[in-house]
Amino acid sequence: MQETLLAALAAQKSFAGRSQVRTWLTGILKHKIVDSIRKASREQPLEGEATLEDIEPLFDATGHWREPPREWPEQALENKQFLAALEECLRRLPARTGQVFLMREHLGVETTEICKELGLTPTHVWVLLYRARQVLRECLQMTGFGAKA
Amino acid sequence: MKCREAAQLISRGMDENLPWWQRSSLRLHLLICDACTSFSRQVRLLRAAVRRLV
Repeated sequence: MQETLLAALAAQKSFAGRSQVRTWLTGILKHKIVDSIRKASREQPLEGEATLEDIEPLFDATGHWREPPREWPEQALENKQFLAALEECLRRLPARTGQVFLMREHLGVETTEICKELGLTPTHVWVLLYRARQVLRECLQMTGFGAKA
Repeated sequence: MKCREAAQLISRGMDENLPWWQRSSLRLHLLICDACTSFSRQVRLLRAAVRRLV
C-alpha cells in the first residue's frame, strides 16, 4: 500500500490523465486496507502535518477570514471539471493528510477507528481533517472554481 | 465566536458530535456570518464529491 502511495505520488508530476487518483484509490481499496494502512503509519512520520501553522494565514489577527469562502454552486457535483480539479487537489495533499482525509470522507471510517488504525491521537486526526478541508477548498478556489458569480 | 474558531468547529462537527454549548454558539455565529456559512457548505460539498470519486 505504501508502495502504491509512493508510486502514485511519484507519478503525479508526469501523469496528466485524470485517472491517477482513481487508480490510487482503487489500489487502496483492493489491497488489504487496514493491514496496509497500519503498516504505512509506522513508516510515515507526521512531521509538519500535525500542526495548523500552514493554514493560520487564512485568518487575520482578529480571527476573521482574510479571504471569505465563496458560494459553490450545488451543481458542482455534476460538473466534470470540478471533479477533475478535486482529484488534482487531492493528489497534492501531504501523504498523511490525504490518507486520513480519504479514509474519513471516501471510505466513511469513523475518526475513532482512524485513530486506532493509524495510531494517531484524536487531536492529530482532527487537525489532519481540518487541514485537508481547508487546503482542498483553497486549491479548488485557485483552480478557478467558485469564481464570483 | 471568531471565524477561526467557527471553521474548526464546523470541521469537527462533521466527524463527531459537538457538545451542545458549542453547537449553539456555532449556530449563532452562522446566523450572522456568510463566510462561515459558505465554508460549511463547501466542506459538505467536498464530502459529497469525494464520495463520488472512483
